[in-house]
Amino acid sequence: MQEGGSASGKPRETKVTNPLWLNAEITFRCPLHCVYCYNPVDYARSGPELTTDEWLRVLRQARELGAVQLGISGGEPLMRDDVEVMITEAHRLGYYSNLLTSGVGLTEKRIAAFKEGGLDQIQLSFQDSTRELNDFLSSTRTFELKSKVAKLIKQYEYPMVLNVVLHRLNIDHIQAILDMAEAMGAEHVELANTQYYAWALLNRDQLLPSSEQLRRAEEITNQFRARVGNKMKLYFVVPDYYANRPKACMNGWGSVFLNVAADGLALPCHEARMLPGLTFPNVRDHDVRWIWYESPGFNAYRGDSWMKEPCRSCPEKVKDFGGCRCQAYMLTGDATNTDPVCDLSPNHRLITDVVARAQTAGPQVKVQPIVFRDDKNSRRLSEKKTQPESAPVR
Amino acid sequence: MSERRIAFDDVCALERQYRLQWEPAQDSFVLLYPEGMIKLSGSAAEIMKRVDGKTTVSGIVQDLQQAFPGVELRQDVMDFLEVAHARGWIRVGQAA
Repeated sequence: MQEGGSASGKPRETKVTNPLWLNAEITFRCPLHCVYCYNPVDYARSGPELTTDEWLRVLRQARELGAVQLGISGGEPLMRDDVEVMITEAHRLGYYSNLLTSGVGLTEKRIAAFKEGGLDQIQLSFQDSTRELNDFLSSTRTFELKSKVAKLIKQYEYPMVLNVVLHRLNIDHIQAILDMAEAMGAEHVELANTQYYAWALLNRDQLLPSSEQLRRAEEITNQFRARVGNKMKLYFVVPDYYANRPKACMNGWGSVFLNVAADGLALPCHEARMLPGLTFPNVRDHDVRWIWYESPGFNAYRGDSWMKEPCRSCPEKVKDFGGCRCQAYMLTGDATNTDPVCDLSPNHRLITDVVARAQTAGPQVKVQPIVFRDDKNSRRLSEKKTQPESAPVR
Repeated sequence: MSERRIAFDDVCALERQYRLQWEPAQDSFVLLYPEGMIKLSGSAAEIMKRVDGKTTVSGIVQDLQQAFPGVELRQDVMDFLEVAHARGWIRVGQAA
């Protein structure tokens, strides 16, 4: 960390670094309907998906710039039948590739082809360990299938990487979740609390756990970690609403991460398409080099000349970059504001009010109906979004 | 973490999830692993290139001595392999 010098309030010159990480959201189609999905709520009105050839071109162009990590995600990426082609080309180009899947559609034939093509890792998502809640939260019956997929992953000698999104409705099941992970032979388990974007923001009051729930879950996780030792690596990610400093979102805007969405929109993060006043480029119209280095969208929040107080003169700006632009916009209506997670933000109350509400007992499903991520809801929300976007969620 | 010291007749191999490759954009060899990358120094890369799951540690030292004559590298190689092992980049076993 730098000391002193950056607190002068003078914008710093920042050298644009090359992208290291390409996240390919190859489709928004998904058989699941998770209530915390980070896909845009109006995905149903997004344009046609990129073709196989267009994706291969994106892979090549991003690799030429130095991108080396590749995430293949969605939606459910396995809804496309050309994942095999992409994986093979990605491996030939020298990417380290990671398939992020719910497991729906992962047959033995496909996993064999992925292995043959050089896929490096599969990350399997799970909603919960109990089938009922798993099926409720993803609004489909997938638990047994996922257990089968977990076996396939082991059989094809992939490390068993499990991702469980935690929230108010499943966090009390953490012991059962961990037991299930152990029974499945999971080697890496990420217990990631929901981040409140997109669908999760709509359902925030139902999903944000209380501090007592979090404390208990972390305690159980620590006990479990002490018992299993090195055979399972456990990561527990606390929701940023419970922090007093913001996360270093994407390690800085346009710094390492390049997201290309199903419709070809190139974004500095999964969520940025919601930000008003910015036009993001489409890989159909521009090459990745121009997109990364020249496009106004990718340059908008690089460096710190865009910052307002309290970030501008804050010595910690080199560490957290003022937090998340999307969260600042969603909660305060202005993307150049300090992320309100920071307790130095004049808008920090927007976080603490929500956290205070979360301390009341019981799941808050009665407050408003929970909204499942599906095409019907997305179309409804798309219509709402054509109204002027002047009412940030409070 | 294993406390095991590395011996000269040990054989080292890259851990399953790690891959060594040349990255033109970094102008160096890197170790890739899920969602991450370690940029290797020139000497670290020379050692890692020889970690193949077959050559013993003394074999690696000998090979490096030939490639870089006149430099005493035995201790450097051991130190680096200890670090690589402690960080989980390599696994260590006896020669077959």
